Amino acid sequence: MGRFIARRLVGMLVVLFAVSVLVFLIFNVVPNSPPAQRLAGKNATPVLVKSIEEEWGFDDSLPQQYLSMMEKVFTGELTSYEPRIPVDETIVEGIPATLSLSIGAGVIWLFFGLLLGYVSAIRAGGWLDKLLTGVSIAGISIPVFLLAPVLIYFLTYKIELFPNGGYVPITEDPWGWFTHLILPWFTVAVLSIGFYSRVLRSNMLDAMNEDYVRTARAKGLSERKVMTRHVLRNSLIPIVTLFGLDFGATVAGTAIITEKLYSLQGVGLYAAEAAEKFELPPIMGVTLYGAFFVVFVNALVDIAYAYLDPRVRLGTSAQ
Amino acid sequence: MSAPLLSVDGLRVGFNTEGGLVQAVDGVSFDLRPGEVLAIVGESGSGKSVTAQTIIGLTRSPNARIEGSVKLDGEELVEASDTALRRLRGERVAMVFQDPMTSFNPVYRIGAQIAEAIQAHRGDVGKAEARARAIALLDSVGIPDAERRARDYPHEFSGGMRQRAMIAMALALEPEVLIADEPTTALDVTIQAQILALLEQLNRERQLATILITHDLGVVAEVADRVLVMYAGRVVEQGTLDEIFYDPQHPYTWGLLGSLTRLDRPRPQRLPQISGAPPSLLELPEGCAFRPRCPHEFSKCPQQPPLEARLTEAPGHCDRCWLDPERKREKRQVAGQIGLEAPAP
Repeated sequence: MGRFIARRLVGMLVVLFAVSVLVFLIFNVVPNSPPAQRLAGKNATPVLVKSIEEEWGFDDSLPQQYLSMMEKVFTGELTSYEPRIPVDETIVEGIPATLSLSIGAGVIWLFFGLLLGYVSAIRAGGWLDKLLTGVSIAGISIPVFLLAPVLIYFLTYKIELFPNGGYVPITEDPWGWFTHLILPWFTVAVLSIGFYSRVLRSNMLDAMNEDYVRTARAKGLSERKVMTRHVLRNSLIPIVTLFGLDFGATVAGTAIITEKLYSLQGVGLYAAEAAEKFELPPIMGVTLYGAFFVVFVNALVDIAYAYLDPRVRLGTSAQ
Repeated sequence: MSAPLLSVDGLRVGFNTEGGLVQAVDGVSFDLRPGEVLAIVGESGSGKSVTAQTIIGLTRSPNARIEGSVKLDGEELVEASDTALRRLRGERVAMVFQDPMTSFNPVYRIGAQIAEAIQAHRGDVGKAEARARAIALLDSVGIPDAERRARDYPHEFSGGMRQRAMIAMALALEPEVLIADEPTTALDVTIQAQILALLEQLNRERQLATILITHDLGVVAEVADRVLVMYAGRVVEQGTLDEIFYDPQHPYTWGLLGSLTRLDRPRPQRLPQISGAPPSLLELPEGCAFRPRCPHEFSKCPQQPPLEARLTEAPGHCDRCWLDPERKREKRQVAGQIGLEAPAP
């Protein structure tokens, strides 16, 4: 197991390097205009452009430029220039909101996705299964940008059940935190609930035909134990991979739209606003840190995967 | 003769499919006594596995039609509740399956899976004790270094070791009946011999009544006391091992015996076989199901022959073939040994 983790972490470093090179190329090399001009913003003075050019070393060779960019990223010197606001500090300020949104949504979609999938599978073919299938497909089919305005319109304007947007730190007001996040959570989760319940249902139906399930029955296990310990347990393994990918994609993707729609002051909103204003440094920072986060989560997931499925731990000794 | 432990009478199992009702088992009856090894022989699709799995209710499903009677020590199992059947699985009737590669759950340790079988029936046995018992069981079926190997996952065991572990798991609660469904089919020949020797030893030491399902008459010859030959869901012949091997009455049995390769006989030009393929259970021929493949077919065959004793000297030896026993003795001689002659071209 130790060797597996070490190998996975080395793999992670390689991917991170590749991602950073890609980001560097996309932002500083490929576009056909002076990079300092773009970094400075639309209304920058020539003096500022000149100073950025020196600061980033745009006269140096490309590898040297890459190194100075990475130095800025890792020492937290990345700033937006008009006004001069440090990128890393703004991102750190936005992390509680973004993580509250993503983790909460992840918990909700895992819980309901697995619950619906499990019930669907053990009632396969029955009316409950058919009903849940309909609900899942509806959930998968509704886009976030439609669902959120509809929820906001009915649940906050019409009946004023939930507060209208904004983020309340959990440390200040836990109940306020909770009520402000319920709608965003479900907005993010609905699609995944539908998707996960379908995936789990189909995994479980496959697993039910496995020989080891017949063995479990032949041992005299109760039907509930056969279903949970043998069918469900083995069907969860692919779900873990899926969750790793989706959670990363939520933090680095869906959160941007959702934070914008519900005006949650998170990293996603920061990125969205930076994009509207053509501020490159924040976008560069969010992209890179976001990519690091996604890669890191996936490494964790792979390690969890190896823990769940012993056959994955290749090359480990049998102890 | 002691009273039968397991008594199957007129068992019929049908499955509703899109093509219609598939009668997988059509009127199987037999008795099994303590310490006896009954072999059920037949090709794929002959209904032997379905018969075995139906005994402990593993074929129950909304699409299955199960009729007839299965009695364990006088207790009717066909009509028993799911809970009653569950209590008896593993506890009184245990089962070993064909493919040891896929019959263990890949994500749990071997020892834990055996312990699970124990704890499913003995709520009072703690985790540590169940584990210790699992290790003792693995040791008793010849797994070396059982204490350490109990912590292995199934993929770390070889095929033969997995089948040993399967048998250890089946024996965990000292059942009265062991059903072994093709226990050696997925193993290579040397390992087969070891597993058979293990089954025989258990049968001898524990007076374990055993149902051995196989298509391999070589295996049957080694361990069985009595033999049931199945074809297309029906029993076509049943008798003691000697009766079936030395005085087989049904042409299908001749074919099975004739297709055995034997090292003590001159090598044939090519391996003998039964021509044709088993019939689809959806379109069984009228009368004897073996008729389309049988070179000895005659005018009576379109009527279903009953399963009955046709030899006065062997009242327990029954078969389903209309041919006169005297004529059978001539007809089954092919090149100086028992076999089914090739059909006329």
